[in-house]
Amino acid sequence: MNQLAEIISRNEDKIRAEWIDGMTRSVQRADLISKAELDEQCGALLGAIVAGVKSSAPTDVSAASWESARELLQSISASRARQGFSPVDVATFVLSLKQPLFASIRDTLKGSQDEMFKTVWAATELLDRLALITTEAYMATREELITRQQQELLELSTPVVKLWDGILALPIIGTLDSSRTQMVMESLLQTVVATNSKYAIIDITGVPTVDTLVAQHLLKTITAARLMGAECIISGVRPQIAQTIVHLGINLEDVVTKAKLSDAFALALDRSGRTVTRKDGVRASANPISTLLEKREE
Amino acid sequence: MERIPVLRMGSLLLVTIQVDMHDKLALQLQDDITQRISDFGSTGVLIDISSLEIVDSFIGRMLANIAAMSRVLGAEAVVVGMQPAVAITLVELGMSLPGVRTALSVEAGMELLMSAVAKAARGWEDDRPQT
Repeated sequence: MNQLAEIISRNEDKIRAEWIDGMTRSVQRADLISKAELDEQCGALLGAIVAGVKSSAPTDVSAASWESARELLQSISASRARQGFSPVDVATFVLSLKQPLFASIRDTLKGSQDEMFKTVWAATELLDRLALITTEAYMATREELITRQQQELLELSTPVVKLWDGILALPIIGTLDSSRTQMVMESLLQTVVATNSKYAIIDITGVPTVDTLVAQHLLKTITAARLMGAECIISGVRPQIAQTIVHLGINLEDVVTKAKLSDAFALALDRSGRTVTRKDGVRASANPISTLLEKREE
Repeated sequence: MERIPVLRMGSLLLVTIQVDMHDKLALQLQDDITQRISDFGSTGVLIDISSLEIVDSFIGRMLANIAAMSRVLGAEAVVVGMQPAVAITLVELGMSLPGVRTALSVEAGMELLMSAVAKAARGWEDDRPQT
């Protein structure tokens, strides 16, 4: 058995007590983790480290004998990442084991400087590697969190709303990229089938910029809807966007575009043979388009 | 040999594609439809593809071809009930089927077909030289 394993296993209780004591004073976030939980984690980790150093590969943390220590560290880091610890806190959890461990090594190997240096170096190397595992696990948990949130954002940002019997609206917020277009297209077409809607209004008020790629994605969606027998109207074209579209030479001539969602809705109502009239009959008008025209003439 | 039935409803033809299309079946259907149009003197063709779940570029082109051929024979064609996945696939393949009339359901398709047939007949009358 090597020196390090012998020292750790002989002084296990002492090291653990000093470790927890040191951590409680310096890094423990009492608001995030309880003392009992910390005790339990420290005990389990130290046990796993003892098992690791006693094995045939005392410093190789990627060996099979370190499996339990690795898994333990990964689960601790993952839970801490979710609890809101910083990566520094998580790494310090392992690194703070150095002080009590070194103290024990010094006590045991007082006589021989060479031995002491060798053992301290082995211990440092080991703990640094373990600390790196915690950081890696912490990052992995965070990455996972970000990916999940991105996915949720993507799903949340493409609602299809029914405005009227047979008329759908699809307000798009944010930039349209390929993956987003796919999602928008799918949810729009599914809803068209489910609600048997002949008209779909795609509102691009919330799209910050329209370049050739975005236009191409929009045209794809419109073509797919047309193939199914639904008609698309684009609304919410802001003046700057209209200028950009013309400057870029994007051909939107086959598509009906309107400045406002209300204009597009009025057109869809008109095309589906509906009229909107005022209840009190003060200014009852025959159809929504003529109301718009009258408003403009005033 | 399996065949897709082409049903006659008065002056219209009704085709419902219930099986997955393969190339030979598509060519057979093309033959059948054109034959029926000329036999019965039909003025409209309604093709229901609501059960069609897989398409390739050949089937897409066949749909466009049937519509174009019907027009040459004096009949209007409407394709109804295309599934979202099929529509997306065709668009990704770059086939927007520009000359094909589409509708959401058989009911809407029938309405569209009637009005298209009426319009075609009117158009012919309008084209006659005024005396």
